[in-house]
Amino acid sequence: MAIKLFREALREALIEEMDRDERVFLMGEDIGRYQGSFRVTEGLFQKYGPQRVWDTPISEPGFIAIAIGAAIEGLRPVVEVMTWSFAFLAMDQIVNHAAKILYKSGGACPVPLVIRGPAGPGRQLAAQHSHSFELWMAHAPGLKVVLPSTPADAKGLLKTAIRDNNPVMFIEHPQLYLTRGEVPEDEYTIPLGVADIKRQGRDVSVITYSRGVLVAQQAAERLQQEGIEVEIIDLRTLVPCDWDTVFNSIRKTHRAIALHDDWRYAGFGAEIAAQVQEHAFDWLDAPVLRVAGADVPMPYNKHLERAAYPQVEDVITAVKQVLA
Amino acid sequence: MSAKTRTKKAATISKEEREELLEMYRQMVLIRHFEQHCDKAYRQDKIGGYLHLYIGEEAVAVGFISQLQPQDRVLGHYRDHGYVLALGSDPRKVMAELYGKVTGLCRGKSGSMHFYDKAHNFLGGYAIVGGVIGIATGVAFAQKYENTGGITLCFFGDGAMNAGLLHECLNMAGLWKLPVVYIVENNKYAMGTPVELHSAVTNLAHRASVYGFPSVQIDGMDVLKVREAAREIIAHVRTHQEPYFVEAITYRYVGHGAADITDPGSYRTREEIEEWRKRDPIATLHRYLIENGICTKEELEAIDQQAQRVVEEAARFADESPDPPLEELWQHVFMD
Ligand SMILES: Cc1ncc(C[n+]2csc(CCOP(=O)(O)OP(=O)(O)O)c2C)c(N)n1
Ligand SMILES: [Mg+2]
Repeated sequence: MAIKLFREALREALIEEMDRDERVFLMGEDIGRYQGSFRVTEGLFQKYGPQRVWDTPISEPGFIAIAIGAAIEGLRPVVEVMTWSFAFLAMDQIVNHAAKILYKSGGACPVPLVIRGPAGPGRQLAAQHSHSFELWMAHAPGLKVVLPSTPADAKGLLKTAIRDNNPVMFIEHPQLYLTRGEVPEDEYTIPLGVADIKRQGRDVSVITYSRGVLVAQQAAERLQQEGIEVEIIDLRTLVPCDWDTVFNSIRKTHRAIALHDDWRYAGFGAEIAAQVQEHAFDWLDAPVLRVAGADVPMPYNKHLERAAYPQVEDVITAVKQVLA
Repeated sequence: MSAKTRTKKAATISKEEREELLEMYRQMVLIRHFEQHCDKAYRQDKIGGYLHLYIGEEAVAVGFISQLQPQDRVLGHYRDHGYVLALGSDPRKVMAELYGKVTGLCRGKSGSMHFYDKAHNFLGGYAIVGGVIGIATGVAFAQKYENTGGITLCFFGDGAMNAGLLHECLNMAGLWKLPVVYIVENNKYAMGTPVELHSAVTNLAHRASVYGFPSVQIDGMDVLKVREAAREIIAHVRTHQEPYFVEAITYRYVGHGAADITDPGSYRTREEIEEWRKRDPIATLHRYLIENGICTKEELEAIDQQAQRVVEEAARFADESPDPPLEELWQHVFMD
């Protein structure tokens, strides 16, 4: 296996799927000639030309709507948003249109669409470029929601997302683009709705995704030195969600922590806590804890920003609390 | 474009032309009767939700849709009964959808505002004002991408002129030369707000004229003028591969929605409605057909009666059809 950057793995997925299916095309702001804000699409305009890689005006509602229309007519658009914060302009297109067209057409009109791009804190981009909106997407029935944590997962999940016949919201953490990991040489895909146990442990289950996996891994290394064995469940996809893997882990550890960068209040951690108490209550030895983003707009100052989303110490503290 | 009134004499009209004229008459009459039945069924509680009728505006859909080819697509806003009926959807399925029945176009899941009928090239009615403009632009994008030779008709109301999405999409359609005809049905009002109070520039064709493709205002009350304009516009879009914007001046006789109780009176007068009724598209075509000796009153009367029978049969079918089973609730959220 070769070691690759997260963003290279994403690019490989785009290339393989574009080569495989002519109906797959890319659309977004500055993804072509400029090479993409995070250089995920670097070189693709040169490779495929303007018929496959579309630089758009700064019109999120417009080009996301166009992608939805192209999808119902049979194409397989992959739209890049510069950050998910900008996708908010197109919430009507995403939630009122993409998510509902199959249902309101009585099953006649599928929408095979991927919207992908970065969301998450850590680069001092402050209030309007830093938030992570997976919960908003997961809340709307009809959207699939994917948040990979490793280069290998990013590639395999993106390939599956592009082949899926539903709108898939593919959310990439900006702190992950320059992380490295092993990526299989041979062609592979990873199904949506299958969690991955990134670390086995007997004492506490940390249920997380995206950057949370990396934070949990660092916390687990340190806790191991104190004899505490953390199990890390990487959900990988929130919709569909592999709850069985979560419940099975809790049957073993009897303790659970939900971890994410997104706001805590009514965040996905609340859903995790609710699911666990509904389906695994008898196995719990302690309440489910949440480690999540502070309920504030993201501040600019470096120290304030760091305090506004989960750090390794926060996870360690929560693990000790749940074991106490 | 100058759409001149046709004054052909019967003798100079080909058999095909005669059939086309009668077909347009048949469709407009069918839509009129269909909508009148819907109004009644709504008051009997057989139809729920919001119900927006196309009475008075029939010529716009019928004239444009008469010029389509099988690879073309149509999308519209929520006032969408006329589009599917003109496209040839089975009136029984359309009525059953309105009654919420499983035999409906969308298995009872769309209701009046969100029809789909892929088999007849209708890719959706959209109930968010302006929403259809984005989706239709994307359908045209796909037609161009796949080089199908097809074009897309996108119907919406004057109220949608003020949606930012319209201007984003007109810009991209102009940039990318997409084969789409935007048709604004200017029926003078967005609900109860007249165009003069919602659009800084009331000539809507003019307002849409800055995106690098042609834009025209047409008489939407005369189906012959609509058809003639549509023929030229659609041919232009197909051959030149660029968008076109059309403002069809039309009028709705009935309230914004069937539930409206303040109309007429609150925002428009009965007299205004009566003035517009003098330009009724069905009566206008009727007159043209008789005055030019193209057919007899009896023939047109027979078409009218046949349309009434079709609507009665559609209503009977809808009445007798079953509701969707409860399992249907969970179906079609995702595609396998
Ligand atoms: C985004 C949005 N805002 C408001 C409404 C409520 N609404 C439904 S129809 C309508 C008027 C639209 O008028 P127009 O576009 O002229 O179409 P018409 O009904 O006259 O055919 C309004 C305000 C809506 N459906 N969507
Ligand atoms: Mg109007």
